[in-house]
Amino acid sequence: MRRHLLSAGDLSRDEAVRVLDTAGELLALADRPIKKLPTLRGRTVVNLFFEDSTRTRISFEAAAKRLSADVINFSAKGSSVSKGESLKDTALTLQAMGADAVVVRHQSSGAPHRLAAAGWIDGSIVNAGDGTHEHPTQALLDAFTLRRHLADGTGDLEGRRITIVGDVLHSRVARSNALLLSTLGAEVTLVAPPTLLPVGVDSWPVTTSYDLDPTLAKADAVMMLRVQRERGAGGGFFPSAREYSRRYGVDARRMGLLPDHALVLHPGPMNRGVEISADVADSTRSVIVEQVTNGVAVRMAVLFLLLSAETTTGTDGSPW
Amino acid sequence: MSDLLVRGARPLGADPVDLLLRDGRIVEIGAGLTSRGARVVEADGLVALPGLVDLHTHLREPGREDAETVATGTGAAAAGGFTAVHAMANTDPVADTAGVVEQVWRLGAEAGHCDVHPVGAVSVGLAGERLAELGAMADSAARVRIFSDDGRCVSDAMLMRRALEYVKAFDGVIAQHAQEPRLTVDAQMNEGELSGRLGLAGWPAVAEEAVIARDCLLAAHVGSRLHVCHVSTAGSVEIIRWAKHKGWAVTAEVTPHHLLLTDGLAESYDPLFKVNPPLRGKSDVEALREGLADGTIDAVATDHAPHPVEDKECEWAAAAFGMLGLETALSVVQEAMIETGLLDWAGVADRMSTRPARIGRVADQGRPLSVGEPANLVLVDPSGRRAVRPDRTLSLSRNTPFAGIELPGRVVATMLRGRPTVLDGALVAAEPVGGLPVGASGARP
Repeated sequence: MRRHLLSAGDLSRDEAVRVLDTAGELLALADRPIKKLPTLRGRTVVNLFFEDSTRTRISFEAAAKRLSADVINFSAKGSSVSKGESLKDTALTLQAMGADAVVVRHQSSGAPHRLAAAGWIDGSIVNAGDGTHEHPTQALLDAFTLRRHLADGTGDLEGRRITIVGDVLHSRVARSNALLLSTLGAEVTLVAPPTLLPVGVDSWPVTTSYDLDPTLAKADAVMMLRVQRERGAGGGFFPSAREYSRRYGVDARRMGLLPDHALVLHPGPMNRGVEISADVADSTRSVIVEQVTNGVAVRMAVLFLLLSAETTTGTDGSPW
Repeated sequence: MSDLLVRGARPLGADPVDLLLRDGRIVEIGAGLTSRGARVVEADGLVALPGLVDLHTHLREPGREDAETVATGTGAAAAGGFTAVHAMANTDPVADTAGVVEQVWRLGAEAGHCDVHPVGAVSVGLAGERLAELGAMADSAARVRIFSDDGRCVSDAMLMRRALEYVKAFDGVIAQHAQEPRLTVDAQMNEGELSGRLGLAGWPAVAEEAVIARDCLLAAHVGSRLHVCHVSTAGSVEIIRWAKHKGWAVTAEVTPHHLLLTDGLAESYDPLFKVNPPLRGKSDVEALREGLADGTIDAVATDHAPHPVEDKECEWAAAAFGMLGLETALSVVQEAMIETGLLDWAGVADRMSTRPARIGRVADQGRPLSVGEPANLVLVDPSGRRAVRPDRTLSLSRNTPFAGIELPGRVVATMLRGRPTVLDGALVAAEPVGGLPVGASGARP
């Protein structure tokens, strides 16, 4: 039985749809005067963040609290971790405190896999972003947002065309979305300068392009990735932030190339003026704020399905 | 020392004979030998090979005695069938002076499990800036002939040229860790489809191959000897084959792990499989085996790299590079080369003893199993398979990538100048030799 969420690629189409459906039911809760469910009362969720990410942490925290779980935030900043404590000892500490689920954000790719496989801890591990590897709950919330607008909030994303633009090489959001959206039947196009596409991307279930404009006319949605300014100039991946912005940023002109129904997404935090102009970020096509709302519902669904798996397993024994 | 009679061993896998060892040499070979008072080692069915010589061992002493010491590392070597190891220079302090290489050499002699030939650093502090006192190390009691900044690449072309030129004065060789540093910043694993998927920074084949090509050209230009450490890619094999075809004095080694394991193991994110150069693809493994079989690659060298548990029991990026190798090398080579029919036992003896000894200019090792030759030999039971047990290592460390894997063959006994260092697979307590191993001094031409 699956106990962890480590990679978006772990989910089958049916499992992914089940998470999205569950998130849909939980989202309805947000409109009620009392937002809390008793489902995870007495269970402990630890947010283990080795890397700063306030938005992801508070999203998981809100999700766990709305399910009545006890939440412990363990931040590497100012903790024993910054004094050289190992991942293993941190895990053993959390194990001793009885964590039922550990939501882990780590700067090293694969750290959640180590926690899940090394036998240091019994709880479920949820990958909340690891290095340049994956960020599966971000992909789930993106898929959830896309489904609401492009598929009436049900089923999968069969045949929808999604363009993902930017620093694919270093992006855990891109990896998870490429896997999940194609699992859900979408046609994914990755657009980036050649220096920001990983070696071997041709074996991913996506198409790629170095040229943004031609992909826009057919896109149902365009997802902009955050690009760090340091990747330019000194980093050497592109000559300057200005040149990057000209070739790969989405501005009002490029927004005009999109079909009328097409959406603009961004996982945040945005670099306004680099990968996305203020015009676009604040436009009616932008669902960037809604992504945040949906993030809480999707993370509730993930925690709910993982932690209540004993009583609500799917027909195949999987919690999804 | 009393005589030692090895009964019924099969030299290089040939028909069984008896070998009589006396005063550190093989004095008689034949059927039905007897010798009054000789200690008898029954070797019925065991393959006899000349004692193995490792060109690439990290003994970690001085500096990281928590990972390995000269005594424990050489004990592991003897258990693996080695009678000589070359101790890499990346210790703390670095082996870049006559003082440090003599210290390591002396510790090896005192431990007595196998001969220790220190490798000298090419550059002061491995910093890649100016030559270390190569001549002083060559002239020291340790008689250093192999120089390497291993762990780091001598990436500066002029420094590499000067090093290659300079060691001609004492028939030295530069052993290059071929890794273009700018192409491998923060590199974690083989660059390919998997590194992209796992989000681990890639270590591209070209970063190794470009340096090897440059160094072959430099060695040819200055007429010196180049040895390429731990070759890991098909492209590298091709470049070395080309250089040899040109008649240039280029030699190369491959590690056991690169002959057996592939980069797919990184998918577990278990740092036991993190090594430099990284595990590569299946086609690379095939090319390395082929290169070793046809002699393009001269030697198997372990790159035995012990690390304490905490440096491997962590997330991938935080973990140290390196794997144990001494105790499993021969079994891995049997699996990769003998069981596949690519080499016979004579070929294994050539690649693990004869040629490495010649590259390191070690005169009394890597010799034929003939009358009058030094009695350095290993007895191997090639039958049976057993799972590798990390909790059974003689090395202080446990970071073997072969844990749980079943491998063929077993070292039953190792003889160093006629004295058993290993019997029945167990280490024999070394006799104190008061500093110098018998016959070690003046052994070189």
